Amino acid sequence: MTKTPSYDIRAEGDETVFAPAGSWIVTMIGKLNSDLKRETAGEGRFSVDLSGVEKLDTAGAYLIDRTAAKLGGDDYEISDTDDKKSALMDQARELRHAADEEAPPPRKRDFGVIDLLERTGRTSVHFVQEVYDSIAFLGETIWSVAGVLIRPARMRWTALVSIMEESGLDAVPIVSFLSFFVGMVIAFIGATLLREFGATIFTVELVGFAILREFGAVLTGIILAGRTNSAFTAQIGSMKMRQEVDAMTTLGLSPMEVLVAPRVLAMIIMAPVLTFVAPLAGLAGGAAVCWLALDVAPTVFINRLQEMIPISQFWVGMSKAPVFGLVVALIGCRQGLMTGSSVQSLGQSTTRSVVQALFAIIVIDALFAMFYMEMGV
Amino acid sequence: MSEEIAIHIRYLKTAYGSQVVHEHLDLDVRTGEVLGVIGPSGTGKSVLLRAIVGLKPPDEGTIEVFGEDVTGLHGEELRKVQTLWGIMFQDGALFSNLTVRENVMVPMKEHTDLPASLMRELADQKIRMSGLETSAGEKYPSDLSGGMRKRVALARALALDPPLLFLDEPTAGLDPITAAGFDELVRDLQASLDLTVFLVTHDVDTLTAVCDRIAVLGDKHVLAVDTMDELRRNDHPWIKEYFGGPRGRAAQAGA
Repeated sequence: MTKTPSYDIRAEGDETVFAPAGSWIVTMIGKLNSDLKRETAGEGRFSVDLSGVEKLDTAGAYLIDRTAAKLGGDDYEISDTDDKKSALMDQARELRHAADEEAPPPRKRDFGVIDLLERTGRTSVHFVQEVYDSIAFLGETIWSVAGVLIRPARMRWTALVSIMEESGLDAVPIVSFLSFFVGMVIAFIGATLLREFGATIFTVELVGFAILREFGAVLTGIILAGRTNSAFTAQIGSMKMRQEVDAMTTLGLSPMEVLVAPRVLAMIIMAPVLTFVAPLAGLAGGAAVCWLALDVAPTVFINRLQEMIPISQFWVGMSKAPVFGLVVALIGCRQGLMTGSSVQSLGQSTTRSVVQALFAIIVIDALFAMFYMEMGV
Repeated sequence: MSEEIAIHIRYLKTAYGSQVVHEHLDLDVRTGEVLGVIGPSGTGKSVLLRAIVGLKPPDEGTIEVFGEDVTGLHGEELRKVQTLWGIMFQDGALFSNLTVRENVMVPMKEHTDLPASLMRELADQKIRMSGLETSAGEKYPSDLSGGMRKRVALARALALDPPLLFLDEPTAGLDPITAAGFDELVRDLQASLDLTVFLVTHDVDTLTAVCDRIAVLGDKHVLAVDTMDELRRNDHPWIKEYFGGPRGRAAQAGA
């Protein structure tokens, strides 16, 4: 039923006849395009003979019209056609006239080295701007959180508690699991390395220092960045996308108060709780390895821990927790509020949000490390 | 109008879990007609559309499009029947990361072996056909107004010149002038391209302006299929209220 499209250009006396044949439909005409572009016509009259065309659609009509207009000028004649075909040809002709302005060329894509460098430069400048804007957002947040704390009636307590559960309590299993395994890994490293010096018992100190001082807080921060921060961005971002944030503003509610303040407060409260859970699980992991691989009984482990590790190490870890919580909530909310109106921008801002939060946590942890080192803790 | 049947639905049952949307639903759409589908919210107008195009597999019954059973198809067979129809979703469902022209080119890229330059030319033609400027082709969907987005969605639906066109609420959310323009566009294209149109709508004006026949969904099946004049005489309470209500009367007066 569908015959391969073909065409013929023949001279009949002083007249040039363009005679397409077969099925001129969108799925078939692809191969004819370049041939048709090369055709030229002689002087004299020109007409199109559609009698051989079995099937015609708008794409076919477009191609025939384009060729005919090129060969025979705008007012070519069509012979031997039925109503349906001539309607399609008329439409094609009309649409060609509508394209009075040249169709815009496809957008230029930038692949060159210079373009690459330019984008890198832009990203760097953008980075500085982001840091600046984040700090401005920190100020705005502190202002509205303080406002809420001064007038507790304006606090969204239900939201606060629900967010505390969602992003705090619900994260306890994953935080403790991960810390447990990281504790085990540290203990294994200690056991392997220290065995060469015959000092395997120092594994306890290694685990204690590492977990209490660094890993408890940092692991919690990283999990919050991946889990809670992205959730905040997605929640607020989709509200922004569906104009809920705009509706809120017009109703006299401040998005900073309604959306940002409960999240920030919830994180400041829950991050220390999680950071308290993480070292417990981490130490348990370390103790398990010590027991199984080094024959250090848990009681010995705990006693040595108490003897050798000052409590200040625990407080160093805990002191970082509220800061991490604040940073994660801030970045999550800010990126959420910056989401545009398209689905794509939600994906982009969620990605940006997680990347920034991870980055911030590592950098802030390094700053803390320097600070406590200088302080001699 | 020919009496050939484009879509032939028999004994259709669709359900989401225990919630049955359609049961024993029979419907015929004739070739070359514009069938409007109306019904109270939640009677499964859009679900019916989704069932026909294979987005929601029916639980029972058969659906034939141009004589071919389209239920439970996979792979190559599904791709083949998908070229039979174009679908315009309610809010356009344009791919937001592609320009308008690229959106229209997507079905061509997927189903034909056209050279890129011709594909662009054809996409531009389709964009003009749906009543937009060629220059709109370089814009992104987020830069367009609601009415323009719908026109682009229509251009994409028509990219492969399918004989069958599904429109889901084509005029919802448009101002009356834009909506009337869209109705006219659908009618014109239907006539010139000889399309069969399955049109889900709430808009009485659209029904009056575009549809040859109207199917009323309710109580999980088709209550009535008829021309608008016949339906106005129907005794079913919902149909009576639909056409007899202030909006229905105004549309009649305007027709």
